[in-house]
Amino acid sequence: MVSFKEESNKLSNFSDFARKALEEFKTFVQEAINTDVFTLALPSDTSNVAEESSRHTTLISTSSSGLLIFSGLDSINHCSNTFAPLPGSVPGRIQFIMASSTIIPSSSPLIKKDVGFSAFSSQPSFYIQSSKKRVFKKIASVMAPQQSERKPSTTGSVKTGLTMTEKMLARASEKTQLVPGENVWVNVDILMTHDVCGPGAFGIFKKEFGENAKVWDREKVVIIPDHYIFTTDERANRNVDILRNICTEQNIKYFYDIKDLGNFKANPDYKGVCHVALAQEGHCRPGEILLGTDSHTCTAGAFGQFATGIGNTDAGFVLGTGKLLLKVPPTLRFVMDGEMPEYLLAKDLILQIIGEISVAGATYKAMEFVGTTVESLTMEERMTLCNMVVEAGGKNGVVPADNTTYKYLEDKTTLPYEPVYSDGQARFLQEYKFDISKLEPLVAKVSDAKDFMAAAKVFLASGKKVKVPTFLVPATQKVWIDIYSLPVPGSGGKTCSQIFEEAGCDTPASPSCGACLGGPRDTYARMNEPQVCVSTTNRNFPGRMGHKEGQIYLASPYTAAASSLTGFVTDPREFLL
Amino acid sequence: MAAAAATATTFSESSAFKLLNPQPHHRITSPLRSTTTTPDAASTVTTFHGLCYVVCDNIDTDQIIHAEYLTLVPSNPDEYEKLGSYALIGLPSSYETRFIDPGETKSKYSIVIGGDNFGCGSSREHAPVALGASGVAAVVAESYARIFFRNSVATGEVYPLESEGRLCNECKTGDVVTIEIGESDSKLINHTSGKEYKLKPIGDAGPVIEAGGIFAYARKTGMIPSR
Repeated sequence: MVSFKEESNKLSNFSDFARKALEEFKTFVQEAINTDVFTLALPSDTSNVAEESSRHTTLISTSSSGLLIFSGLDSINHCSNTFAPLPGSVPGRIQFIMASSTIIPSSSPLIKKDVGFSAFSSQPSFYIQSSKKRVFKKIASVMAPQQSERKPSTTGSVKTGLTMTEKMLARASEKTQLVPGENVWVNVDILMTHDVCGPGAFGIFKKEFGENAKVWDREKVVIIPDHYIFTTDERANRNVDILRNICTEQNIKYFYDIKDLGNFKANPDYKGVCHVALAQEGHCRPGEILLGTDSHTCTAGAFGQFATGIGNTDAGFVLGTGKLLLKVPPTLRFVMDGEMPEYLLAKDLILQIIGEISVAGATYKAMEFVGTTVESLTMEERMTLCNMVVEAGGKNGVVPADNTTYKYLEDKTTLPYEPVYSDGQARFLQEYKFDISKLEPLVAKVSDAKDFMAAAKVFLASGKKVKVPTFLVPATQKVWIDIYSLPVPGSGGKTCSQIFEEAGCDTPASPSCGACLGGPRDTYARMNEPQVCVSTTNRNFPGRMGHKEGQIYLASPYTAAASSLTGFVTDPREFLL
Repeated sequence: MAAAAATATTFSESSAFKLLNPQPHHRITSPLRSTTTTPDAASTVTTFHGLCYVVCDNIDTDQIIHAEYLTLVPSNPDEYEKLGSYALIGLPSSYETRFIDPGETKSKYSIVIGGDNFGCGSSREHAPVALGASGVAAVVAESYARIFFRNSVATGEVYPLESEGRLCNECKTGDVVTIEIGESDSKLINHTSGKEYKLKPIGDAGPVIEAGGIFAYARKTGMIPSR
């Protein structure tokens, strides 16, 4: 196994051209090793690959004592925002809810290895920085350089360096230059709406553009009912009916309808949680602009695209024009290097970041995630990272597209897309560095999830039964199927569902947003009493999951599963190490 | 600044506030929201007057309008009114004086004063709409979450104004206040305490609010055809 490890901040400082050259080089070596034949041509201009960065960085040391609680999203203790060591346990009944956004795909170990070989390994090998010149020289002598065609906007041929967020907004507003703070009219690639905001957005669209108005592009509007589905609430049901009528009238191409509420499996079109469905259905593509009437629309930034949440009125405007006036945000860059300890998940990373910068630390700003750790993450993990950008007030989050991204998209979209990357000279408002190998598991005190596979792993390792009611909500139909079909590694062929059942969890519910937000009172797993809940969801303001005196602790699936086994907020290392 | 500091003896809390007028202010403008043009400067002044309701930091959209009520569609007039009756219903019970009195559908408070990060959380436009529908004309906070600010501007439901300090520590629920938004400077006058506070300029959002929201602004600037 050959693998590379770069200093990722240097990697992302490369120009697009240099980066692409590097990608091609890696593909070349991969193929060469597979076939034993060295025949691929490489671009000759790699001079700026070696460019050294002298950018000032802020080093943030990670906390070092045990499991941490932070009140990052704490609104019950309104004004506090402090870190405190976990006091061993938190008394009271603990519910564990997995409003999962993802499940590790069966192919994930494969992807990790493949990708590991290209830019994104956590395996130590040799430094590209020091060795590439030699290697390039050797290859250049084998074959003449070849130039592939690139549009100016992706080659970094602009005069001033731009961050990838700035670059995407520049391209979408047909400009070559822009600066943070500027307001630009942006062409929208995808507008997503759901049952909570869709009827209102279309109401405004009709009011402003006329009863007979047509949406700007029937193939660019994506409508995903997911919030209040499995409920007897009449108004909630009516809202889905409104969407269905609109989609018929407007001939909307992508409407993920549900009619039979009794059995979600009887609705082949129905998906579930919009942010996961957008990805699984191929609507997330690098370099594009995706707006949605949901604050967690920023999840799609995992695909290296600009994605942010908007309100009904803005959505009504986009429906009619395909454009929106957006303010260009400055970028905060988070460089996360080092191998992730096996007891950590992406949720721990973003909780750490929000703990560092506070719940409003990124207000109006873009958050760019780079580094060897980020490169080693699966798409699902990257989505977890970007999902909670808004919990720090951020406008959008981005992870540069790479082979992991391309591989995920392979069987999901046939539309062409053009990724963009931050220029070497791009100006970041601030850069934060994290050594992830030193990070500890975190929970966010009162103030998505991931990965049923992770929870199953903890249950499996413990062989115990849960001590508190444990609810499982798959994000989409696909995730639901995976829970019932994919074998959990090391379990002797058991599926997640079998392990959950053995551990005494509640039967996995129909895919939807569920109790992540406390909708109608009959919402699955809604907190109708002032309980204490450990959840893998993403928000814990008072009342978020139902009862406004309820307490919500956000944690990774490992931590949540460990907590459900003990009845206390529990460090997963107790079970995993 | 020096003059203000010299007369600020009655003002002990914080030096972050610029005390504009230490004397009790008695000028009351009767309409809830009025726009007047002063003859000398020909500048437009928008005024809001009424009782204020004071909240703390990080008031998120669940506290402004709980997820339970999101089935109400704001563009439907009946449901718009209903949304208003649930405004700030999610505030914890520690807020003993409730924003809307039991049995009422409107609030008697037309100005909400908050701390940092007001309106954080969800992108639900129901939040500024609920406040607007309950009778709120303006919110004054130390800072806003981005989407709430944007939704307030886009809908024109409430004026999202920023204070220069923590007015939520300075004002009390039930105080009588006036907000004056001028072209060059804006201020909040607390008639109950007799103090005045400078507000930050509205900035880029000004032209959009002035035009009457994003649709009016877009028509004015030729983005979409006028009707």
